[in-house]
Amino acid sequence: MRRGLEIAAVVAIACIFAYAAWVGLVWAPPDREMGDVQRIMYAHVPMVQMMLLAGTINFVASVLYLFRASWKTDAIAEASAELALVFGAIGTTLGAIWGRPTWGVYWAWDPRLTTVAILLVAYAGYMALRRFVDDPERRAVWAAVTAIIIAVDVPIIYFSVKWWKSLHQVQSNPRTVDPQMVHALRWNISAFFLVFIVFLIARYRIALAARMRETTVPEAVQGTRQVVAS
Amino acid sequence: MRRPGVLASTWVLFRKDLLLEWRSRARINALVFFSLATLLLFSFALGPDTALLRRGAGGYLWLALLLSSVLALGESFRVERENSSLEGLRLVPVDTRAIFLAKGIANALLLAALGLLLVPVLVALLDVRIVLPWERLLTIIGLGCLAIAAPGTLYGAIASHARARDVLLPLLLFPILIPALVAAAKGTALVFEGDPMGQLPSWIALLGGFDIIYWGLGVVLFPRVIEE
Repeated sequence: MRRGLEIAAVVAIACIFAYAAWVGLVWAPPDREMGDVQRIMYAHVPMVQMMLLAGTINFVASVLYLFRASWKTDAIAEASAELALVFGAIGTTLGAIWGRPTWGVYWAWDPRLTTVAILLVAYAGYMALRRFVDDPERRAVWAAVTAIIIAVDVPIIYFSVKWWKSLHQVQSNPRTVDPQMVHALRWNISAFFLVFIVFLIARYRIALAARMRETTVPEAVQGTRQVVAS
Repeated sequence: MRRPGVLASTWVLFRKDLLLEWRSRARINALVFFSLATLLLFSFALGPDTALLRRGAGGYLWLALLLSSVLALGESFRVERENSSLEGLRLVPVDTRAIFLAKGIANALLLAALGLLLVPVLVALLDVRIVLPWERLLTIIGLGCLAIAAPGTLYGAIASHARARDVLLPLLLFPILIPALVAAAKGTALVFEGDPMGQLPSWIALLGGFDIIYWGLGVVLFPRVIEE
């Protein structure tokens, strides 16, 4: 029963996602200056927003873990960090593809861009830490500490890059937004949010199952069935 | 028996770290030659254009310090791990925050000494001139090394107990330190080239803010990092 509901929900979300993509790619008008290139925005903006959401969830889960240790918050932290990495990497790549025809360059040392790039490297380090520590309890505590350090760094990175850039002209990006575009963007943000939630739940379950496997007494000891593991 | 206060234990542990360092002197020797080699490599990588090298001198100084710091921080917890000294320290009725403060300050001091040693080398090698008063440079080196040492000590403790620790420490530390690197390199460059726009105070303030935040976080989080 539950399985059927889950499949139905995933199918519904896939339909919403397909509709949002159609709204963004076909229904919404092309931009007067940028033309069809602007349509990247309908994927780029939601993805970067989901990355920020994932980072926030990661931070909250990590703080909660340090106050009250639980495999659930640890699993949420792991799932959200990985999603932040995935959504951030794709979102940034899309931004670079958009930047080439619009700004003339793939990359600019803009405070927001730079902050996201540093954040991605920091989360890559976080994921590496999770792989390199075998004891699950130590891993959870150390990952939580690392997550807090990364989250605290975000505003400092932003301001430092902003000051660092202040000697140069900051690229301006005036945008008059058509109501149809706002509509398309809202649909896409909702669709990406739903996909994000599906990913988060799926990844959370995997992480929790992995933690359970690590921490429970081996099944051979319990006398049920032999564990086939290397 | 009364439990010793945080400051008193920090002082004792700090002296212990310095004494260990002084007895072997292996780490400081290795660091000096490593950082000198790094500075030389920058010059060779960029070619013999003196003006270009001089303009980048502030950045090279901090990159050399940053790369050396990975060796220094890794070593600072290797000695504790080797004979399970950290376990011993934890058994003593001493506030664990004192361990962080002592190790952090010892690491910062070591890096600052290294930084001071590299400045005359920069003057000789890259023809750098110190335009602003000396105290400004001392402030930047001091604050910058404190900025590397606080998250560095925390991550050093973590990485020393993980697999592939030599890879892990820079992977965790470098992204976090970028604001401190920007501020320190920029501030040092201003000391070398003059500061007509009066930007130096804001960079020093950024470094100071970074220090306050990360030393505070370190004191709060370190006891959790080394607990069993």
